[in-house]
Amino acid sequence: MSRGNGRPSIPVTIDGQEAMAYEGETILDVATRIGVRIPRLCYLEGLSVWGGCRLCLVEVEDDPRYRLSCATPVVAEMAVTTTNWELHNHRRRIVEMLFAEGNHICAVCVSNGDCELQDLAAETDVDHIHYDLQHPDASVDASHPKYVLDRERCVLCTRCVRVCNEIEGAHVWDVGGRGSDSMIVAELSKPWGESPSCTWCGKCVLVCPTGALAFKGRAVGEMRHDPAVIDFLKTARDEGKWYERQEAR
Amino acid sequence: MAKQIDLHDVAHSELEMRSRYTTRVKACSSTACLSAGAGPVRQALDQAAEREDVNSDVQVVPTGCMGMCSSGPLVRVEPRGAEPTMYAQVTPDIATRIIREHVVVRKLIDEHVLDEDQPFFSRQRKIVLGNAGRIDPERIEDYVAEGGYQALAGALNDLAPEEVIEIIDDSGLRGRGGAGYPTAKKWDMLRRAEGSPKYLIANGDEGDQGAYMDRTIMEDDPHRVIEGMIIAAYATGASHGYIYVRAEYPTAVERLERAIRVARRQGLLGRNILGSDFDLQLEVRIGAGAFVCGEETALMASIEGRRGTPSLRPPYPTEKGLWGQPTMINNVETLANVPAIVANGAEWFGEVGTAQSKGTKVFALAGSLVNTGLIEVPMGITLREIVFDIGGGIPNDGVFKAAQSGGPSGGCLPASLLDSPVDYESLRKLGSMMGSGGLVVMDDSMRMPDVARFYMEFCREESCGKCAPCRTGTVQMHALLDRICEGVGRRRDLQHLESLCRTVRQTSLCGLGQSAPNPVVSTLDHFRHEYLDLLVPDVSYNGTAPSVPPRPQAPDPAVTTKGGSR
Repeated sequence: MSRGNGRPSIPVTIDGQEAMAYEGETILDVATRIGVRIPRLCYLEGLSVWGGCRLCLVEVEDDPRYRLSCATPVVAEMAVTTTNWELHNHRRRIVEMLFAEGNHICAVCVSNGDCELQDLAAETDVDHIHYDLQHPDASVDASHPKYVLDRERCVLCTRCVRVCNEIEGAHVWDVGGRGSDSMIVAELSKPWGESPSCTWCGKCVLVCPTGALAFKGRAVGEMRHDPAVIDFLKTARDEGKWYERQEAR
Repeated sequence: MAKQIDLHDVAHSELEMRSRYTTRVKACSSTACLSAGAGPVRQALDQAAEREDVNSDVQVVPTGCMGMCSSGPLVRVEPRGAEPTMYAQVTPDIATRIIREHVVVRKLIDEHVLDEDQPFFSRQRKIVLGNAGRIDPERIEDYVAEGGYQALAGALNDLAPEEVIEIIDDSGLRGRGGAGYPTAKKWDMLRRAEGSPKYLIANGDEGDQGAYMDRTIMEDDPHRVIEGMIIAAYATGASHGYIYVRAEYPTAVERLERAIRVARRQGLLGRNILGSDFDLQLEVRIGAGAFVCGEETALMASIEGRRGTPSLRPPYPTEKGLWGQPTMINNVETLANVPAIVANGAEWFGEVGTAQSKGTKVFALAGSLVNTGLIEVPMGITLREIVFDIGGGIPNDGVFKAAQSGGPSGGCLPASLLDSPVDYESLRKLGSMMGSGGLVVMDDSMRMPDVARFYMEFCREESCGKCAPCRTGTVQMHALLDRICEGVGRRRDLQHLESLCRTVRQTSLCGLGQSAPNPVVSTLDHFRHEYLDLLVPDVSYNGTAPSVPPRPQAPDPAVTTKGGSR
């Protein structure tokens, strides 16, 4: 988040809470700061805004359309409602469809218990998938000595693509294919293990919201992600500050 | 510095050259007619003229689209000082007869004459397609002889850029790509944007099914598009322009590239255009066949060489577009309107159309109609006039059922809305949209859920996959429609379909996803009963008997199946 010098100067209301925002802050920034949780999946602090999951859409007063809270800067006197019945239903349907799109079987997943998709399902009251499961024939890439990519668990949030490009500067990952055939590929669709530009840094694994990217050798439920590492690195780079942080297991 | 073209000289010598011929025979060489066999027809015309030794009197001109594509290949004979005659469905044999009988002995081949007074032609008003079917698109001289590049010369000499924008503003021209954004407003935004260089893009990535307006404009009158772009660039201060054409239009690409080369050689592009201090570089960029690349931000990504996926707006292209520079994207048809407006004035243009939607719109008429083809009609014309007067009605005494406008983003209009005017506001109010101009007419043999399924399949295939609701939602909606169309859908499938329509429409990132539910929603609005008829009836529907197999009889007659007492 871009926090300018000085004091916050923009008065906004989020879910009835009055707050002062800094110039250039987005709705999501302010909401997070004052403790209002907005569901999101592709957004990650420290990375560029992607806007693909559409879960963080919020209602802005006097605006006929829902606005993406991760990408909409606040303006003075903005009144935001983060959830209403319709938005809740939209989010629930999107999460349900994400579940239906992949092969998300929590009971056998390395990330069981540490998964943002799982958390979102709880948050949006998903207790049943109303749609046809698509059973994709997605592949697993276990060619890397340290990590493994299971595309069946990928939700295409592109956090790995962005962190690799923007923080590590390697750009190993990108999206290949189109539409429902989209998939994360390394190096113009090479096995990950043969990637000459991968630095083995593991940032993509740390930021993955699901069990798609995992450390090799972790068994069911043993994977712990640590997306906060990105903010840590970003702060270190932008402000020259290395703050104390709790390492993930 | 390139040599400067003298427009008057060129026009004069071209007209003089034309006057040497007693008869000009125009052979439609547009893609539709070529696929109907126009190539051999033109050869036959040439050979016959040689054989009859009338070469020096007869000029055979390959032209662009004459409009009535369903009757192609078309040939038009224009004797000097006499009425022109159009021939339909010309074969090489008939072409030979046209030269031998019509041209040489002035005897018409009656059975193949196409009446040009019929409403198909008389109800049209041609501005953008003014030259289509009249000039050889590969010769700049032909375009100049019809008054081409005069508007540009006038603008460069006599008008300040702001004045050009004012003319466009007064004319009320709106974007012809479908959304109908006021063109002058866009131009003004680019003019005021800070940064250099500024880019101008002509959007020729026409992807709607059955639509070929932009292709025809680019193929048949490439210089009109180029002139419109030069004027737009002059008005907005853009120094680089791209024409983004889809790869499926090889002829358009070839003709545009040739036209750009010729224009550059003639001093109409490059440095110091027509002796002024205005510069513009123009380039053709070819798309790779993704429908979503018609969306502005995806189009720019494609030009930059990246994956063609849309990105978030704001920032809008006029602030931060191609390579981070201010950029403006206009539809090809919009730009093709510009030379005529600048040449004839805003008032002239404003006389055509309605209060909100000025000018004309080109439509590609397709489907169950007697006459199909490319038409240009004044805005505000009713659907009935288009279908029954111009289109000639439904063949084989069929019954009109619906007209689909706007392709996969549009909707279906039923017979009860035939008298509604065709303009931006009216169509949007009816749940459809103008779109780029595809108009598919359906008779009562069509089942509307099938139509919706067809368009949804297209959206599913063309979704870029960036945002979750469009990527997954189009798959799910298609699966639901598929089930309903196959007769195994249940009422809850219809409910899921409707709720998904709302979600995908309201949450998708770009126009493709936001409008993907339109065909479903509009067919549900107007033809709901067709969906209901296809559903497997269940108890809650219509009070009819359940289709689920009856429960096995309870052995004990005292136990009722009601109330769940067990």
